[in-house]
Amino acid sequence: MSNVRSLRRTGKPPRPYLHVPEPKARPGEPADFSTLAIPEAGRQARPAVDASARELRPFAEDLIRVMDGEGRAVGPWDPKLDADTLRRGLRVMMLTRAYDDRMYRAQRQGKTSFYMKCTGEEAVASAQAMALNRADMLFPTYRQQGLLIARDWPLVDMMNQVYSNTQDRLKGRQMPVFYSSAEAGFFSISGNLATQYSQAVGWAMAAAIKGDSRIAAAWIGEGATAEGDFHHALTFASVYRAPVILNVVNNQWAISSFQGIAGGEATTFASRAIGFGIPALRVDGNDFLAVYAVTQWAAERARTHVGPTLIELFTYRAAPHSTSDDPSKYRPAEEARQWPLGDPIARLKQHLISLGQWSEERHVQLESELIEEVRAAGRQAESYGTLDKGPHHSAKTMFEDVFKDMPWNLRRQRQESGV
Amino acid sequence: MPAMTMIQALNSAMDIMLARDPNVVVLGEDVGYFGGVFRCTDGLQKKHGRHRVFDTPIAEAGILGAAVGMSVYGLRPVAEIQFADYIYPAADQLISEAARLRYRSGGEFTAPLTVRAPCGGGIYGGQTHSQSPEGIFTHVCGLKTVIPSNPYDAKGLLISAIEDDDPVIFFEPKRLYNGPFDGHHDKPTLPWAKHPQGEVPADYYTVPLGKAAIARPGSAATVIAYGAMVHVALAAVEESGIDAEVIDLRTLIPVDIDAIVASVEKTGRCVIVHEATRTSGFGAELSALVQEHCFYHLEAPIERVTGYDTPYPHALEWDYFPGPARVTEALRRVTEAM
Repeated sequence: MSNVRSLRRTGKPPRPYLHVPEPKARPGEPADFSTLAIPEAGRQARPAVDASARELRPFAEDLIRVMDGEGRAVGPWDPKLDADTLRRGLRVMMLTRAYDDRMYRAQRQGKTSFYMKCTGEEAVASAQAMALNRADMLFPTYRQQGLLIARDWPLVDMMNQVYSNTQDRLKGRQMPVFYSSAEAGFFSISGNLATQYSQAVGWAMAAAIKGDSRIAAAWIGEGATAEGDFHHALTFASVYRAPVILNVVNNQWAISSFQGIAGGEATTFASRAIGFGIPALRVDGNDFLAVYAVTQWAAERARTHVGPTLIELFTYRAAPHSTSDDPSKYRPAEEARQWPLGDPIARLKQHLISLGQWSEERHVQLESELIEEVRAAGRQAESYGTLDKGPHHSAKTMFEDVFKDMPWNLRRQRQESGV
Repeated sequence: MPAMTMIQALNSAMDIMLARDPNVVVLGEDVGYFGGVFRCTDGLQKKHGRHRVFDTPIAEAGILGAAVGMSVYGLRPVAEIQFADYIYPAADQLISEAARLRYRSGGEFTAPLTVRAPCGGGIYGGQTHSQSPEGIFTHVCGLKTVIPSNPYDAKGLLISAIEDDDPVIFFEPKRLYNGPFDGHHDKPTLPWAKHPQGEVPADYYTVPLGKAAIARPGSAATVIAYGAMVHVALAAVEESGIDAEVIDLRTLIPVDIDAIVASVEKTGRCVIVHEATRTSGFGAELSALVQEHCFYHLEAPIERVTGYDTPYPHALEWDYFPGPARVTEALRRVTEAM
């Protein structure tokens, strides 16, 4: 009851109380999406990339959608991709899912310590990587493995990292899924959330200083937008008009905390950008076409030095946070399956079928091909070692790369360790 | 050879590096048009352009987050944190990001940035403009820590820091900006123009990181100091008449263990001096190193002369500051011990 109503009824205000946000439903209750406003696909205007911040404000509250309920692409945001590109997008998402499934099982089999799936969020990384140029620099967080897959990075190399084996380029120093590849333009993932956000802005500032046409893109979860680095990144991006795309993946859950705990009850995460004078687009994150289109729009803004863009990708974390998490303890079991924006793979598949460019048979066939591809990569990676059984890099390597040149104290400690 | 203050020497180092290396950029609060609150970047924006030398928002974490991203791109950012006391919001970007990046990426990504920050007290700055937080950063693996004690070293060390391929935190004892302050706050400080180390070549030169200097040779005891405390130690040696050797560490990480061991093995007595608070300060590490390496040469317990384990008090700063009298007492104790 509002204070005003209580005052009218009883003549005195209610006792002060602390509001602690609660999700609509908890385990044992039916999933409740009654407060989700999902606009019809195709209804959102596509503004010019140099439209004023004021003109662009409504997009922070809207939800850009391209695929309608029948899988047809409608409205001005349709990126009008050719069938080969669409099939490639489908393949990248399906390969990401097949990869996730295998590595999740590998963790359960004890072959590694930890794993994180991106199930239900595959469109985010896949469509965004495809909409960017190969030379653009990516500053991901831990659930964008699809960026590497979309850039055709070898699965074996990713698995080597997850297994911390002898071929792991990170020499067994990082937790599983904290990939890094300079060659793929994929920045080293940090466990300290949000740090990559201001780093991406710094990289973009450097590109601008050098007159380089490459741009940067960063990803963050809605939960970590509460970190200071998020706000520093937006301030710096705005002040210097850095050529950067700042993506917020709103997958509703930060481990067990629903998005309301990050401040999502009162406003959208996209709206955070408005106070910084940065245009924000809010997009159906399970709509491959919409994600592709808004990323293209933001990339053009960055590349033509109009300025940065924030994109809120509205999606749902169908997977547990990680292999160390059990979502049945804090959210309804049916919530993922009933997510009103559906599954990104199923939706793009439906779209391709509606175009006459895909079929159930081809889908099943591709699925089994991808499972076999992942299995073959897995066999190869495991031949280089797994976390549980080894082999690993020599313990000697522990002392390397702290500095470019090893100082006396590390040389001495290495000698003392006997490795 | 021109006489330079430490401010002018630091300015010269950045000026030279901006001219020599197109990847060097200078950023920080008020460093652009205005030239910095201590004037260290005076004139650099006008000479090298706004895209090379620019002001930043008041967000230390943002400054260093952006600097990490710039160095990943391939630049060599020189970021000024206006006072060392303001560096804590940026600790995550320094400690968890810049310092660990080479390691965690298997050497594929590095952060060759330099962070300059004025440190130390003696200017009535109270507890938020007087701190010496070097011990927090010497504890971090992957960071180099430098503190110069004079203009000549300041310029050569800063050029080395900018050229170094690892992140360097460069603390500037602000009380030394204009002269070799020796702790006698009631007497005028000599200007650098009248001090031999105020003679600074106008051109490029380097002072290597990781190498200490013998500020004064001696045989009766070893005083290990850095920054402003080098001059305090020299004053104490002069006033006590004790023929102590004064080591100016210049670089804390990596520390010049050979210089320390050679001196303490010679003198058998050791006083460690720093302005920072005592507990878990860098003096504790130095004391442990001397004990580990020189135990059988020691004739007396190692002494530490440091700031007290309190915040820096505004009106009482000269009671807090470890001046020459306290160093003299410590020298007496170590030299009189059997």
